Amino acid sequence: MRFLLRRLVAVPLTLLGVSVLVFVTTELVPGDVARTILGREASAESVARLRGQLGLERPLPARYADWLGGFVTGRWGESYTLRVPVRDLVLDRLSASMLLAALAFALLVPVAVTLGLVAGVNHDRPMDRLVSVTGLALGATPEFVTGVILLVVFAVRLRWFPASAKAPDGSSLLARLGHLALPAFSLVVLCTGYVARHVRAGAVTAIESPYASAAELRGLTRWQVVRRHVLRNSTISATSALGVQLQFLLGGLVTVELLFNHPGIGALLLSSAVDKDLPTLQATAMVLGLLYMLIVLAADVAFRLLDPRIRLGAAS
Amino acid sequence: MTAIALPYARRRHGAALGIGAAIIVAWAVVAAFWPQLVPYEPDLLDPASRFLPPGSAHWLGTDQFGRDTFSRLLAGSRPVLLVAPAATALAVVAGALVGLAAGTYGGVVDEIVMRVLDAVVVFPSIIATVLVVALAGRSVTVMVLVIAASFVPIVARSVRAATLVEREKSYVEAARLRGERSWGLTVREILPNVSSTVIVEATSRFGDAIFAAATLSFLGLGQPPGSPDWGASVSDNRLWLQLAPWTVLAPALAIASLVVGIALVADALRGRWEAGRS
Repeated sequence: MRFLLRRLVAVPLTLLGVSVLVFVTTELVPGDVARTILGREASAESVARLRGQLGLERPLPARYADWLGGFVTGRWGESYTLRVPVRDLVLDRLSASMLLAALAFALLVPVAVTLGLVAGVNHDRPMDRLVSVTGLALGATPEFVTGVILLVVFAVRLRWFPASAKAPDGSSLLARLGHLALPAFSLVVLCTGYVARHVRAGAVTAIESPYASAAELRGLTRWQVVRRHVLRNSTISATSALGVQLQFLLGGLVTVELLFNHPGIGALLLSSAVDKDLPTLQATAMVLGLLYMLIVLAADVAFRLLDPRIRLGAAS
Repeated sequence: MTAIALPYARRRHGAALGIGAAIIVAWAVVAAFWPQLVPYEPDLLDPASRFLPPGSAHWLGTDQFGRDTFSRLLAGSRPVLLVAPAATALAVVAGALVGLAAGTYGGVVDEIVMRVLDAVVVFPSIIATVLVVALAGRSVTVMVLVIAASFVPIVARSVRAATLVEREKSYVEAARLRGERSWGLTVREILPNVSSTVIVEATSRFGDAIFAAATLSFLGLGQPPGSPDWGASVSDNRLWLQLAPWTVLAPALAIASLVVGIALVADALRGRWEAGRS
C-alpha cells in the first residue's frame, strides 16, 4: 500500500513537470500566434487587439498559472484552427485512439504469450531461434514500414481489409474494428517480439526450476506442466515488459494514425503541432503525458498483484 | 556447460553477425557512392513515363513524376545514414561521459544525475520530439539533436551500471592506492573495461536512431517532402499506394533491411559479450 501511495503522489508531481515543459516549449514557438490566427492579410491593429484579448502581453508565469488552472478545472480553451472547444475535440480523438489501442492490446497479449511459451518450451532449438530472431527483426522495424507492407498485401492485393481506418458513419462496432485491423496489426507486430522475449525468458527459468521437473516426474505432460506451472510464472516478468510496450504503442499511435487516416489523439498531436494550434497541442500533450504515466503505474501494480511474493512482502 | 555452449553460441551468433554486417556495409557503400551507381538522375522528371511498373528500363518502376524508383532508393540511403550515425555518436559520447561521472563520483552527483535522467525518461519522447520540432523548425541539426537527446539517458544508465561494477574491483583499488586521481583513473582504468558495454549500447542505439530518423521523416518532421530519403518517400508516395505500390514498398523494404541488419549485429554482439562474461 505504501508503494502505491508513493507512486500515486508521484503522478501529479511528474505531470506538473510535464506541464512546465509543454507550456514553455509551446510558448517559445516562433511566430506571432495572433498573426497565425488572423492570417497574413490582417492589419497590425487587429493583430494587436487579438493579442490583448488572448492575454499574450502578460508575463509568462502569470499566463502559465492561468493555463494550468484552466487545464485542471477543464477549461481547455478553443482550437485556433478548428474553432471548436479543445476539450470535446481531445476527448473525442482520445476515445477513437483508445478503441485502436484496446484492439491492438487484445491481440498483442495472446500472440506474444503463445509465441514466448513456444520459444521457451523449445529452448535453444531452431523453433526458439526462429521466434526470437523474427521478433527481434520485426521489433526493430518502424511501424509505418510494417503498416505499408500490410497495406500492400492485405488491402491492395488480397483486399481482405479496408485501407483506411475510418469506417463510414453509423457502422457497427464490428465493421469499425474491421477498419482498425491493419493499424492494430502494425502496432502488434512492433510490440510482439519484445514481450515474447520476456515471456520466453520467464518460461525458460520456470521450466528449469525444481517444481517443473517434479511435476514432469509426477507424469504430467509437457503442456500440462506449461499450463499449470510455467504460464503464470512466465507472465510475471512479461507484465512489466507489457507496460513498456504500451508506452511504445502510445507513441506508435502518432505514426499509425497518420498512415491509416485514423482520427485519433496521435494524429491530433501531430496536426496541432504543425498548424501551431497551441491550445490543442498543449491539451493533447498533457492528456498523452497523463495517460503515459497511468500506464506505467498500472503495469507496476499489475506486476505486484500477479506475484504473491511481492504482494505479500509489501503487506508485511 | 560453458565449454560446450560457447562454441555453439559463437557459431550461431557468427552467422547472424556476418549477415547483419554485410547488409550494413552494403548500404554504407551505396550511401557513399550512389552518384556512380544510379542508372538515372534521382530527381529527373519524365512526364512521359509516370507510374511505370517494374521492368527492364526501370527496374523498380517509376513514381508520379516519372522519376526512377531504383535510383531514388539508392540516393535515399544517404540522408538516413548521415543522421543516424551522427545522432548515435553524440548520444554515446555524452551518455558515456555522464554515466562514467555518475558511477565514479557516486554520492550526491550520482543522485542528482540519476533523478534528472529518470525525469527525462518519464517524458514520452514522441511528445517531446513533436514539441521541439514545432518550436525549432525542421532541419537536419534539430533531427540529430532530438534523437541524440532521447538516447543519452539510456546510454548513461547502462554505462553507470557497468562503472559501478568495475569500481569495486581490485585493479581499481590498486590504481587508487598508487595515487591515481579519480577522473584520470576513470578514463585510464575503468573506461577500457566498460568499453564492451559502450559498444553494445552504440550498436543498439544505432538501430533505434535509424528507426527514429525514418519515422521523423515519415511524419514530415525530418527530411523535407520530395527528398529521396526513405521515410519521406514512403510518406510522399503513399497516396498512390493502389496505383504504384512499388514506389512505397521499395523504400519501406530498404528501411526494414537496414534495421534488421543492425538488430542482428546488436543481438550477436550482446550474445558474445554475455557468453564471454559467464
